[in-house]
Amino acid sequence: MAQTATLSAGVPVMRNIAIIAKREFKAYFATPLALVFIVIFLALTGAFAFYVGGFFTRGSADLTSFFAYHPWLFLLLVPAIGMRLWAEERKSGTIELLMTLPVSTVDAVIGKFLAAWAFCGLALVLTFPMWVTVNVLGTPDNGVILASYLGSFVMAGAFLSISSCISALTKNQVIAFIIAATVCFLFTMSGAQLVLNFFQGWAPEVLVDSLRSMSFLTHFDAVTRGVIDLKDVVFFGSLIVMWLFLNVVAVELNKGR
Amino acid sequence: MTEMIALTHLTKHFGPLKAVDGINMSVAKGEVLGFLGPNGAGKSTTMKMITGFLTPTDGEALVDGIDVVQDPVAAKRRIGYLPEGAPCYGDMTPLSFLGFIAEVRGLSGAERRRAIDQAVARVEIGGVLQQPIETLSKGFKRRVGLAQAILHNPPVLILDEPTDGLDPNQKHQVRDLIHQMAEDKAVVISTHILEEVEAVCTRAVIIARGKLLADGTPEELLRRSPLHNAVHLDVAPNIVEAVIRDVEAMAGVGTVRRDSSFSVKATLIVTSKSGAPIAPALAALLQDKGHDVSDFKTEKGALDAVFREITRGPDGNAVSGGAGHA
Repeated sequence: MAQTATLSAGVPVMRNIAIIAKREFKAYFATPLALVFIVIFLALTGAFAFYVGGFFTRGSADLTSFFAYHPWLFLLLVPAIGMRLWAEERKSGTIELLMTLPVSTVDAVIGKFLAAWAFCGLALVLTFPMWVTVNVLGTPDNGVILASYLGSFVMAGAFLSISSCISALTKNQVIAFIIAATVCFLFTMSGAQLVLNFFQGWAPEVLVDSLRSMSFLTHFDAVTRGVIDLKDVVFFGSLIVMWLFLNVVAVELNKGR
Repeated sequence: MTEMIALTHLTKHFGPLKAVDGINMSVAKGEVLGFLGPNGAGKSTTMKMITGFLTPTDGEALVDGIDVVQDPVAAKRRIGYLPEGAPCYGDMTPLSFLGFIAEVRGLSGAERRRAIDQAVARVEIGGVLQQPIETLSKGFKRRVGLAQAILHNPPVLILDEPTDGLDPNQKHQVRDLIHQMAEDKAVVISTHILEEVEAVCTRAVIIARGKLLADGTPEELLRRSPLHNAVHLDVAPNIVEAVIRDVEAMAGVGTVRRDSSFSVKATLIVTSKSGAPIAPALAALLQDKGHDVSDFKTEKGALDAVFREITRGPDGNAVSGGAGHA
């Protein structure tokens, strides 16, 4: 019978992730969120690159002034994308629906993350006029630009995994946003004196060094210089994996509350 | 009969609160089990454990022989679940929502279309398929939730307050739907509405303070009512004393109580001592003695009286716990 066939058919894991990611991705476009986000992201990246970064006055054909402000923009904008991922499900009770469907928590966490990450990717892709402009005006090193885009995308993924995990800790999206932005800020700034001063003097050198090495800025700068070092990729990659693992734990612990 | 749901010593603690305290029960294919209990009794918590949303503190839940904790995904494939309040993704339309559920349930192509068409027809939401769910009325939202639960024709159906907030016509419709589907499924519904139990359930359990207090067919539960098989009599006030005297002398009669007295008639309630039917003997007696009775009706007993009696705590107060939302 058709019914028994459906029941016994093992649905591959990737399929579940894809189905959840697809629904989640579409959900961004069901509300004005997607439009508002993309418009503001494009406006801000442009404004920072031209006015603050001095894109024209620098007189060099590269996108350094454009990418330099990405960590700061992501700091505010990526938690805004990630805050709804789990908080909204818990607030509206749909988490009970989702978690009683035949999908594992891991599938759901990865699916949602990928959807939000793809959305970040879309926003990044839509900055292509910057790339067109710089190619019209001069002959930039497109390899460096590609590496920078990839670095920016991977960094957005790291910010997003933090935001998604924190979103699973609360039903309140605003709280999720503020805490996620703060944690992202700490990760971004962990290489800066502002944060390091706090630890220097009393903490062991190892801790200060490892804090310095956790800085998003340091790793992102390395990538935007055009050097895709395995070290930087592993840094962002393992950060994403770690936060998504915590995300799964957070969902499991909090879903019934 | 195949056992589709089997709960063994199922227990859930929230901190010091024992929301569900060692429930044992089973539901077979073809049964519609009514889950009764005051708010906070542990009904929803039990359902959440059967559906794999909450992990039991102790005990086990088997769905179609599969342990929900050991193999949650396989167990969830066999279950259709309507959570309390029928949560749905509000920004989706019923059509895209059901499409998503069908995909997750592993349905595709023609099979998927057929399943959606069938569910849509069954709960009659054909007219609102393209409207965002958040703009729909409560009744329609509930029906979208139901459509989602029955979409994959699951052998086990768990419905948490399926008719809550529906108007009488919609309630009737949902009950008909449950009737239709009950034949080849094991259905569990939770409800506060006791008439619903009599209308759709083949069996009912009453739980309070996390414990299973009664288990039987609605008739068996009704038999626990002191008013089961009692008889209401309307007689003229001038013969009341004589009637009471004669009826009280009859074998099998428990008590005779005068319920109300107007100038034109008095109502007597005659209870059965053992719960056995007394109406035929009583009618014969009244005729024998030549008493003129203007109204005569038997009472099945009210399920809410039984419910109140069973679920009241030892101090006589209705029990309500703190786990209502959980």
